[in-house]
Amino acid sequence: MLRTLLILFAILAAPVSAQDALPPAPYAYTQLEDPSLEAEASALMQTLRCLKCQSQSIADSDVSMAGDMRHQVRIRIKSGQSADEVRAWLVERYGDYVSYEPQVSATTWPLFAIPALLLLIVLGVLVRRLGKHSTDESGNRAV
Amino acid sequence: MITGDQPSMKSPLNRAWFWVPVALFVGFAVLAGFMLTQPKDQFVKSQMVGQPLPEFALRPATPDRPGVTIEHFRDGKPKLLNVWASWCLPCIAEAPHLEELQESGAEIIGIAIRDRPEDVTNFLNRYGNPYTRIGADDMSAIQLELGSSGVPETFVIDGEGRIVHQHIGDIRADDVPMLLAKLQEAR
Repeated sequence: MLRTLLILFAILAAPVSAQDALPPAPYAYTQLEDPSLEAEASALMQTLRCLKCQSQSIADSDVSMAGDMRHQVRIRIKSGQSADEVRAWLVERYGDYVSYEPQVSATTWPLFAIPALLLLIVLGVLVRRLGKHSTDESGNRAV
Repeated sequence: MITGDQPSMKSPLNRAWFWVPVALFVGFAVLAGFMLTQPKDQFVKSQMVGQPLPEFALRPATPDRPGVTIEHFRDGKPKLLNVWASWCLPCIAEAPHLEELQESGAEIIGIAIRDRPEDVTNFLNRYGNPYTRIGADDMSAIQLELGSSGVPETFVIDGEGRIVHQHIGDIRADDVPMLLAKLQEAR
């Protein structure tokens, strides 16, 4: 009897969760009427970080704050702002962290410079090695 | 002649070059291992500290208190702006400390995120009401303008409506003197 009651309680228990009771923002789950604007907004949303669930993009997350951010993205794109302007508006408030698309800046330039530098070094080493090899061969042939 | 010279020319310099990538790799592995042991800072800090508050006007979140506009932060007196919600559990934990701040002379203006008036009223009846005004932010629009990424968060605002400090998370007992000092500094 006790066991069935416990099981019943477990099934009926409402999780104690931090969830608000308000409906989602109008454009949280509704696409823009213009398909090309929606495509632009959607591409942008894939590259913006959800602040409550930091390893997801706002396009991926069902957290209400992510919905509110999608709403902001869509109404701003609808009002004629470019994707870059909307991204800049968020970066101004939350820093580079909010964007999944790294921009070249005072702190991020090594990310872009180091691979280029490594490629140059590898190229330099290859040219030297191959160059040396061919002179050796020709030298040997001459001897 | 050439073959005879090569080994002596190669050895000291080339051996040194061989160790460079190995040293780089070991250095990287040690750094990565060390960083794995460090706790990750989960907080996203607002970049708006030092900036003026955005223009905004919010309707009252409860019949008990008036709403909030930017003008209420421009009367020359520094204030606390508490971003909270009745559905937020840490907000219950910080309620007594907000009350303590208010009793020590701090003026606290609240912004309730995604909240219903009846829930706000219930919360205030249960856990106390240290606010002079509470605005309702139904779609987190002002929260996003502030660069705030969750509830609760508390901003110290100077008398001209400029953000001077952001406190992320619930206010604990030890934070009370610090916030009072920040309010004093903002005068």
